[in-house]
Amino acid sequence: MPETGKMARLVRSEGVWLFSRSPSAILAAIATVLIVLGALFAPWIAPTNPYDLASFSLFDGLLPPVWADGGDARFLLGTDDQGRDMLSSILYGARLSLSIAAMAMAVALVLGVGLGLAAGYFGGRLDAIVMRIADVQLALPAILTALLIDGISRGILPRALHDDLRVAVITLAIALSLWVNFARTARASVFVERNKDYVQAAIMMGQHPLRIMFRHILPNIVGPLLVIATVDLASAILLEATLSFLGVGLPANAPSLGTLIRIGMQYLLSGEWWILWIPTVFLVVLVVAINLLGDFLRDLFNPGMR
Amino acid sequence: MLDVQGLTVRFRDRHGATTAVENVSMQVAKGEIHGLVGESGAGKSTIGAAIMGLLPAAGEIASGTLTLGETDLRALTPAEAHRLRGKRVSMIFQDPQTSLNPLMTIESQLIETILAHENMSIDAARTRAIALLEEIGIANAAARIRAYPHQFSGGMRQRVVIALALCTNPELIIADEPTTALDVAVQAQVLVLIRRLAQTRGVGFILITHDIGVIAQISDRVTVLRGGKVIEQGPTPRVLGQPEHPYTKALMAAVPRLDRRMDRFHLPRIAGETEAPAHRATTREAEDWLMAGTGTGPGPALDLSGITVRFRGERRGLFGPRADFTALDDVSLSVRPGTVMGLVGESGSGKSTLAKVIAALVQPAAGEMRLDGMILPPMRARHRSDPSRRLVQMVFQDPYSSLNSRHRVIDILSEPLWLYGLEPDAGRRDRLARAMLALVGLDATAADRYPHQFSGGQRQRIAVARALLSRPGLLLCDEPTSALDVSIQAQILNLLKDMQARFGLTVLFISHNLAVVRQMSDDIAVLKDGLLLETGLSETFFAGPRAAYARDLLAQTPTVRFDHPAA
Repeated sequence: MPETGKMARLVRSEGVWLFSRSPSAILAAIATVLIVLGALFAPWIAPTNPYDLASFSLFDGLLPPVWADGGDARFLLGTDDQGRDMLSSILYGARLSLSIAAMAMAVALVLGVGLGLAAGYFGGRLDAIVMRIADVQLALPAILTALLIDGISRGILPRALHDDLRVAVITLAIALSLWVNFARTARASVFVERNKDYVQAAIMMGQHPLRIMFRHILPNIVGPLLVIATVDLASAILLEATLSFLGVGLPANAPSLGTLIRIGMQYLLSGEWWILWIPTVFLVVLVVAINLLGDFLRDLFNPGMR
Repeated sequence: MLDVQGLTVRFRDRHGATTAVENVSMQVAKGEIHGLVGESGAGKSTIGAAIMGLLPAAGEIASGTLTLGETDLRALTPAEAHRLRGKRVSMIFQDPQTSLNPLMTIESQLIETILAHENMSIDAARTRAIALLEEIGIANAAARIRAYPHQFSGGMRQRVVIALALCTNPELIIADEPTTALDVAVQAQVLVLIRRLAQTRGVGFILITHDIGVIAQISDRVTVLRGGKVIEQGPTPRVLGQPEHPYTKALMAAVPRLDRRMDRFHLPRIAGETEAPAHRATTREAEDWLMAGTGTGPGPALDLSGITVRFRGERRGLFGPRADFTALDDVSLSVRPGTVMGLVGESGSGKSTLAKVIAALVQPAAGEMRLDGMILPPMRARHRSDPSRRLVQMVFQDPYSSLNSRHRVIDILSEPLWLYGLEPDAGRRDRLARAMLALVGLDATAADRYPHQFSGGQRQRIAVARALLSRPGLLLCDEPTSALDVSIQAQILNLLKDMQARFGLTVLFISHNLAVVRQMSDDIAVLKDGLLLETGLSETFFAGPRAAYARDLLAQTPTVRFDHPAA
């Protein structure tokens, strides 16, 4: 067998082959990459800066998208009541939504996988305690968790500081409602791996439990965790949108996708449909695309389900 | 009755098509048992599936004819093939645990099958089912028929599976490894049953197995397969007794012999296939290093006294006592320094548990272990830094799960060197690990690959190398070859023998295969239901075991008669 580079091996791999035969996965990947790139580079590609009050004027208010009657070529997707460019708002909003979701997911991943690994590996009392906390967490709706954290932080933090920390508060709230998935999946996978001989061999050799958990077991359970991470990223985006829509999340001066939709709601019946519908469609496309990618990953890691 | 001519089966995948079976011809007459023998990947099961019309979607019969009686099996429509299966051809699978529906009584499974193929009343079907169960040797069948599969033992369950296969009077039964999952004693009974059914009912059997002993015991004709091709075919006594093809000869030579002890196993090798020569200079480095650590003397003595292991059972009712299960009951055993102790017993006899107690993976309820006179602490008391962690190493049964599939071979091998602080220098760890690979007979390029890129035998070599890199004194081998093909088994056993002799290791060698144990061990211990029945010198044991159970065990092991010793 000739020596091959990592890149060549990747191209010939099962995953790439399956991917190339799955139209939904390809479409989802394209949509996700486009949206993520758009969000990432929003400050450079957005036509205007929605945070810069000087860059828009009230005279441009409530212009419909460019393809509708009365559209203006300067504003591809129309403007809101303040005359803000919708496309710019959406790109900046997606940037905020995605970064909150990604941060929340990362916190949930670290917390959930750490606790799940420990619970699964050590079992017994630790397992019982961690999993009962997880059960309690599952019984609480995410919104309640968010309200709780928001309320507590309001109570103990000075008002100015609280406003500054709103992004952190909503991230924490989302992370707290997502870690359970990771913990449960990690724990179940550890139960399976733990009894395999390679782990038994490591235990027999007298390796440190932390080394066994992180160096031996963790690499063998990344598959299911990756699937959960992808699907949960979509949930995190939705959750953020929900919280912002309900006003628990971000203030109107830092508009995420959810905030945009909440603002758009006011115009639903007055004819300015684009203010609501465009961010909503954008959100739906993003969430569906990420979910489709998650489904693809799940199929990849569970050959039995193909 | 069954006539297969020039059968070729191809499997399609994304890389193109692979030929799994090539130009295979065979006939099975009424009442004949035709053995299909070969190592994994030889295409045995594919032939069975092709006859049943149950090839997986990716497989297709590329050419050849299959005729059962007057019926051309390839010309059947799917519906006709479906009617034929169960009616004229039946199948017995390897694992009786999974081939019966656990939620249905034996009665309903039998009646369902009979009614699917024959137009008769439920009562008539029930009468026939009961008669069948009696015929295959289930006592009190009229009452037992109402039981669920889990209420039968493994051997009884396999009998029920055979009854299911028989209940429509098929002409041909394909038995795919029907006794592989069974213990020796049960295997013997099931084989006798198959033999009797072939004689009394005139059913033709295709017996697919990797176990040459089973073939030798009951089959009339045998087809030896390798890589999808027929190597040799003919009456069993002729093919196994006077093999013509070098592969068959080599295969026969690799079968561990129960009747005498050999120094080394002969390895099946065909002209043109050579083993890569080990690089002497490289292996010397690993050898010298091992010698430097273990010294010249033999390994440590292992003394076990009164080892008892209980597993916690379910509580019987809310206030009832726990039904604890005693896996090992007061087992005392001594392994002499630098010798091999063979530990034999059926599944569930506690032999693996004993190895795990020594390896500190299971906590004994009572007993004491000593390694060279020093107390060997049990699981909970054995600290991670205890010196015995390094001295006691284990080679596990399943090489597919004993190596971490996410680690490169070089990382797996250097781990013990690093963990036990045997080599502080990373470069030297790397060199030693590679030298050890050469010593166990693997290529140096193996180091940078992942375990899944190796075959079972190669993985087991890696596992042996990992164990040796701890500079062990005591090596626990838990069925190290039972997951491997016979020729690979011979290689691994040779390797273990060589390493044991060269480095004077003390070895506890666990196996259910008496022939393997005979070849490997100096002493032998027999376990049954957690009790130690007999210990003694291996040669004395095989000359005439004292315990009645051990005598039965010895008598029931299927053996190949070596009328004409293979070269």
